[in-house]
Amino acid sequence: MQKDLSQYTLRLADSALTMGQRLAEWCGHGPYLEEDVALTNVSLDLIGHAHMFYQMAGAMQEPAVTADDLAFLRDAHEYRNPLITELPRGDFAYTTLKQYFIDVFNLYLYQAMATSTHEELAAVAKKAGMEVKYHLARSEAWCERLSLSTDEAKARIQQALDDLWFYTPELFETDAAMQRLTAAGVAPDYATIQQQWQQRVEPFMALCGLTLPQAGWVATGGLQGEHTEHLGFMLAEMQFLPRAYPGCEW
Amino acid sequence: MYSQGLTDAKGQAEPEELMAEFQAKIDREEKIEPRDWMPEAYRKTLIRQMSQHAHSEIVGQLPEGNWITRAPTLKRKMILLAKVQDEAGHGLYIYSATETLGVTRDQLTDELLTGKAKYSSIFNYPTPSWADIGAIGWLVDGAAIMNQVPLCRASYGPYARSMIRICKEESFHQRQGYEIMTVLARGSQAQKDMAQRALNRFWWPALMMFGPSDKDSTHSAQSMQWKIKRFTNDDLRQKFIDATVPQAEHLGLTVPDPDLQWNETTGHYDHGEIDWHEFMQVIKGNGPCNKERMQARINAHEAGAWVREAAQVFQQNQAKSNSEAA
Repeated sequence: MQKDLSQYTLRLADSALTMGQRLAEWCGHGPYLEEDVALTNVSLDLIGHAHMFYQMAGAMQEPAVTADDLAFLRDAHEYRNPLITELPRGDFAYTTLKQYFIDVFNLYLYQAMATSTHEELAAVAKKAGMEVKYHLARSEAWCERLSLSTDEAKARIQQALDDLWFYTPELFETDAAMQRLTAAGVAPDYATIQQQWQQRVEPFMALCGLTLPQAGWVATGGLQGEHTEHLGFMLAEMQFLPRAYPGCEW
Repeated sequence: MYSQGLTDAKGQAEPEELMAEFQAKIDREEKIEPRDWMPEAYRKTLIRQMSQHAHSEIVGQLPEGNWITRAPTLKRKMILLAKVQDEAGHGLYIYSATETLGVTRDQLTDELLTGKAKYSSIFNYPTPSWADIGAIGWLVDGAAIMNQVPLCRASYGPYARSMIRICKEESFHQRQGYEIMTVLARGSQAQKDMAQRALNRFWWPALMMFGPSDKDSTHSAQSMQWKIKRFTNDDLRQKFIDATVPQAEHLGLTVPDPDLQWNETTGHYDHGEIDWHEFMQVIKGNGPCNKERMQARINAHEAGAWVREAAQVFQQNQAKSNSEAA
């Protein structure tokens, strides 16, 4: 159980950190000053979630390690995030749609996790869930704004949808450890989250006048540590200092 | 006469009675508010100074933003994100305060991007190492506080009020910068060296942040009379040096000025001559990062044009459908 939970919290932490790290790349480069602030705010929340999950994961390891050890001293094959969170930031439409998919997922994930039999996990989920509501309100409003405005914006968000859609099923993948945690009432049931996600996202895409792509490569692999080429570069940048100056305090 | 040489927007001499009343109000330490009468030159001075300040906050995101993705711990990453976000927020308040003087943010942004308006020259220096993030917090935000605390009492109400909140946040930024330096200075030899190099890099540019020496400062006398400015450039610079040198000593770092020494008689530190040629060069656009910084802002603005247009069109469509429904 301890080992299962340690693995699962890593999945949660890695997902939040890679999302937050990508969003942080927008700092100083957003389309509006207000959006610059909003994007970094969401990034900050996500990295905060990652920090809490890493602390849980680290405390359960033998011997215990710190949150920073887990974030900065693991290689790409040890990361457990779904591939969608490590994809490059792309343009504002791509960032917005990716964020919307993740925000809807996080909303149902943390809602369900808030009733976990594991107290600490439930507490973290309650705190994260509060913040995710605001993230979703923002990304949903922007999806609508981009879809129902100019031809250029619509073309860009449609392109983002074509590029991202088949990365979404991986969000709901589970492994044996997660299934055991779900059976024990610790982790949420991912099949339910998938249903909720589809019931919210698909009609919304239709409302936005966007067309779901019919075929493409369906992403998978994150749970087994199989990643895109992008993650290595992200980690090289993010982990540079602790790797170059091992054992130092910062 | 207060009105000596001052003309209004149409080039007419400002009415002496209004000028006298205006100055008397300032002398009574009452705030000038957006609807109050003010001489055109006061308005212009404020627009110039406040927009430069706002632009500095915005361009200032870049050298620090440079290290967000490489911050060495999760805590440092979160603090830096929050800090840079604060700077963007300061930009927002000050742009809003400047708008009360009758200009729009779009106009001001345009002036920045076309090179017509200036921003603090400090942000044209590079941040090649993590220690530079510490040095910026400690020295650059430290110098900014020296400049800005007196602005909390500036005669123009909206500017003074925005400064109160900004100064609170800046003082937190300064402490976090000093804390980064403290950890580095107590760390490995490589970390100490990193900290020393950052101090070497930012010491002189930080001193230049107070502007030209009093004898060469063109805007000072009038701004002092209008209580937009309360202390001279050299006074503030000296205050900064006196406060900062002991902090460097506490860290075990060496201030890169061989002429620096305590003067018992004056009760201040004497310091070496500032390289004003370098200062003028950076202001003219010939600093190490002027082109990069400006290009980054232009790129963000241009890449975001379709987003701003989409938001505007969406809003118009919404308004139209609302009025049709009504």
